[in-house]
Amino acid sequence: MLSYTFKRLAIAVPTLLILIVVSFVLMHAAPGGPFTSERELPPEVLANLNAKYGLDQPLWRQIFTYIWGIVTEFDFGPSFIYKDRTVNEIIAQGFPVTLTYGILSFIVAVVVGVTLGVVAAIRQNSVLDYFAVGVSIGAQVLPNFVMAPILVLTFTLWLGWLPGGGWQGGQWEYLVMPVIALSTSFMASIARITRSSMLETLNMNHIRTARAKGLPERRVILRHALKPAMLPVISYLGPAFVGMITGSVVVDVYFSTGGIGKAFVDSALNRDYAVMMGVTILMGTLTILFNLVVDILYGWIDPKIRY
Amino acid sequence: MLKHSLAASAVALLAASPALADNPVPEGVELAEEQSYTFWLLDAIKSMDPQINTDVEGSDILRNLFEGLYNEDAQGALVPGVATDHTVSDDQKTYTFTLREDAQWSNGDPVTAGDFVYAWQRLADPATASEYAWYMELMQIENAAEIIAGDVEPSELGVRAVDDHTLEVTITTPLPYFPQMVVHASTFPVHQATIEEHGDNWTRPENMVGNGAYVLDEHILGERVEMSKSGTYWDAENVVMENLTALTINDVNQALTRYLAGELDRVDIPAGQFPRLKEEYPDQATSTPYSCSYIYMMNVGDKGPEALNDVNVRKALAYAIDRDIIVDRILQGGQEPSYNWTHWATAGFERPDLDWADWSQEERLEKAKELMAEAGYSPDDPLELSLQYNTSEDHKKIAIAASQMLKAIGVNITLSNYEWKVHTDRMQSQDFDLARYAWCGDYNEASTYLDLFTSYSGHNNGEFFNDEYDAVMAESKTAEDPLPMYQEAERILAAEMPIIPIYHYANVDMLSPEIGGIPTENVMQTWYGKDLYRMAE
Repeated sequence: MLSYTFKRLAIAVPTLLILIVVSFVLMHAAPGGPFTSERELPPEVLANLNAKYGLDQPLWRQIFTYIWGIVTEFDFGPSFIYKDRTVNEIIAQGFPVTLTYGILSFIVAVVVGVTLGVVAAIRQNSVLDYFAVGVSIGAQVLPNFVMAPILVLTFTLWLGWLPGGGWQGGQWEYLVMPVIALSTSFMASIARITRSSMLETLNMNHIRTARAKGLPERRVILRHALKPAMLPVISYLGPAFVGMITGSVVVDVYFSTGGIGKAFVDSALNRDYAVMMGVTILMGTLTILFNLVVDILYGWIDPKIRY
Repeated sequence: MLKHSLAASAVALLAASPALADNPVPEGVELAEEQSYTFWLLDAIKSMDPQINTDVEGSDILRNLFEGLYNEDAQGALVPGVATDHTVSDDQKTYTFTLREDAQWSNGDPVTAGDFVYAWQRLADPATASEYAWYMELMQIENAAEIIAGDVEPSELGVRAVDDHTLEVTITTPLPYFPQMVVHASTFPVHQATIEEHGDNWTRPENMVGNGAYVLDEHILGERVEMSKSGTYWDAENVVMENLTALTINDVNQALTRYLAGELDRVDIPAGQFPRLKEEYPDQATSTPYSCSYIYMMNVGDKGPEALNDVNVRKALAYAIDRDIIVDRILQGGQEPSYNWTHWATAGFERPDLDWADWSQEERLEKAKELMAEAGYSPDDPLELSLQYNTSEDHKKIAIAASQMLKAIGVNITLSNYEWKVHTDRMQSQDFDLARYAWCGDYNEASTYLDLFTSYSGHNNGEFFNDEYDAVMAESKTAEDPLPMYQEAERILAAEMPIIPIYHYANVDMLSPEIGGIPTENVMQTWYGKDLYRMAE
C-alpha cells in the first residue's frame, strides 16, 4: 500500500508538468491578451506592460521561468489584472472561502444523499421510496443558477431571514444559501447512486446469508450491506469533493462570496494568465490527490482489491 | 500671463456652486442617526492604485480615497480640490495651479506640489507600466510620449513643483479643456514614502496613505470595500457621510433583489425593467444621461468588405436601423436614439442639424432602399455582411433586431457572438465587417468622442481616414470656441457614415430615497461620498 502511494505520487509530478505546459500553451493560443481592452493601448505602453510581466519573452522561457518560480519559491507570480495582488494572495483569500462552503456542502450532500438513497432502497416501491426518488430527481433537474436566485428571493426578499449575499468571515447566516445551492445536485446524484447500488447489494448472497442467520435487519443493512454499497458512491465522491471545494461560479456570482470559482472563470475571460495557471494547478493537484484517496479507500472497503 | 481663476474659466463656474464649500445638507433636512451609504460594484476592484486603475468602478472608489487638483460638482462643473485656482500663460501652454495649504495626507503629512509631480511622473514611467500612461499623452504634457517610449527620463515630464503649493504644468499644444482633465483618477497624487516603503502592497488598508475624504478600512477582493471618514481631510467638518461600503455583486438582477431587500442604497436597473420599476417605485427609479455612445463600427479599411467602401451602402445601413424600436422596446431605460457620435448631453456640445436625424423612419427606409439599389444590391441579390458583438444579452437582442431591420433593405447579416477579449482582438486587427462598439467619455467635452475618428487615433478600428476630418479636429484644438468645428466633424461623419450610431447611454438606477446629494445632472456620473448624506426616514 505504501509503495503504491509513493508510486502514485511520483506519477503525479509529470502529470502536473504536462497539465502546466498544455494549459500554458492553450492559454496563450486564445486570441487577445491580459492587456487587450476597448481602448487599444499605444504600442509603447503595451511594450512596457509586456516587459514588466515577461510576456515579451519566448513562450518556452515564460513556461520555464514560471515553473522555476513555483519550484524554488512557491511563487505563482503577480496577477496581470488585479495588479496590487499576487496569485498566492488571491488564492489565499478565495480558497478558504470556497473550502468552507465546499466542505459543508459535501457533508450535507453525503449525509442527506446517502440517507435518502438507503431509505429508498430498503423501502423499495413504497411511498418513502417515491418521495426520496422524487426529491432527488427534482434536485437534479433544478440547476443551481435557477435555484440561487429563487433562494435569495425567498429567504432574503420575502421572508427577510437571511442576508442576500456576502461572506463576512463565514458567519452561519451567510453560509446557508450557498451550501443549499451547491449541495443539492450532488446530493441528488449521491442519493440515486446509493439507491441503485444498495438495491443491488441487498440481492447479494452474503446478505441472504446474513438474513438466514437471523440477524436483525438493522444490522444486516448497516454492517453488511452499507459498506459494499458505498463503493460506486465513493468513486463518485472523489471528483465531486474536488468539484465542491474548488468552488462554483454560480455560488460565487449569486452570493458574492468572493470565492475561487468566480476568480477562475474571470481569469480565463480576462486572460489573467497567472491566476488562471495558479488555480489550474491547485485544482489539478487536488484532483490527483483525491483520486488517490479514493483508490486507497477502495482498497480498505473492498477486500477484493489489493495494491 | 493671463489670469484664470476657476470662476472666470469658460468651462467651470465656481460661482455657480457656492454651496459646495459648505455643508452639503440643505436646510430643513433631518439627518439619519447612522450616516452610511452602501453602493454596488459589478466586479472586483482591480487596483486601488490611482496610476494603475483603469476602471470606472475603481475610479468611484479612488475619488473617495484620494483627491486631485479639481473635483466636479453636481452639474459636472469644476470646483476646487487640492488646487484652489490656476493661471494660464499667454500661449496657453503653461498652467500654474495654486494648491491649498491645509491639504493633508491621512498620516498627517502635508499634500504638496511634489506629490503631484511624483504621481504624474509615475504614471508616465515605463517602469510603472500603467495601462493609463497614455492619459499623460492625451493631456499633451511635455515629453509624455517620449517618456512612455523610454527615450527620455521620467523626471523630464513637463510638470514641476515651483514650491510646495505651486504646481506648474507645461503642455505641447493648447487644450481649452485641460483643467477638466485633472479630475481624472489617474492624475490623483500619491504618497511617495508609502509607495517606496511598501511597493505593490501599498494599497492594502493597513498601508495605504491617501488624501481623500475617506480612508480605506477593508478591501476583500470580489466581496466588499469599506471606507470611513478621514479626520485629516481639509474639509472634514463638512463631510456628513461617515461610512461608505461597496459590495461586489456580479449579477445585476441579484443586485436589484438585494437592493429591494434593503441591503444596498443604489444599484443599476437591468435592461427592460425600468418601466415596471418606475411604476412601482416612482421615487427610486431614475434615468439620467450618461456619457457613453453605442454604435456599430464599419470596417472601411483595406481589410474590410468592398461593399463598405461605398458611402451609399454605409448610409443605407445607418438609415435602415430603427433606433426608436431599440430604445423603446429593448432597452426601455430612457436612453436616447442617436444619429450622431458625441453624447448629446456632453458639456458645451450641441448636436448639429443633420438631415437624416429629422426624417421619419419611413423616409429613412425609403432612402436606404434607393441607395442600396444605386449600389447594385436588391433583396434578390443581397449584400452579405457579418455583425459581431461581445457576449451580452442586450447586445444580442439589439443585434438580432438590427439584422432584421437590415434584411428589409436587402442586407443579409450573419451574427457572430464573441467573448469580450476575442471581440476586441478581432476589432483591433481589423478582422470584422460591422462590430458593436461603445465609447465612454474620459472627460466632459466633445473631443473625447471626436478625437477617436482622426486618422492618428489609436482607437479608429474601422480605419476611417479623412483629411478634412483631421483638419477640423486639429483646428478645434486652438479655437476659442471649438463648437463649430465639432459640429463640422459630426457633419463629416454623417456625410461619410463610417459608423452606425445606435443610442446614447443613460444611467438607469434604483436610488434609495433616504440618500441625498447624489448628482443627477452630471453626464459623467461622477460622485463623491463627501457630498452625500442620509436623511431620516
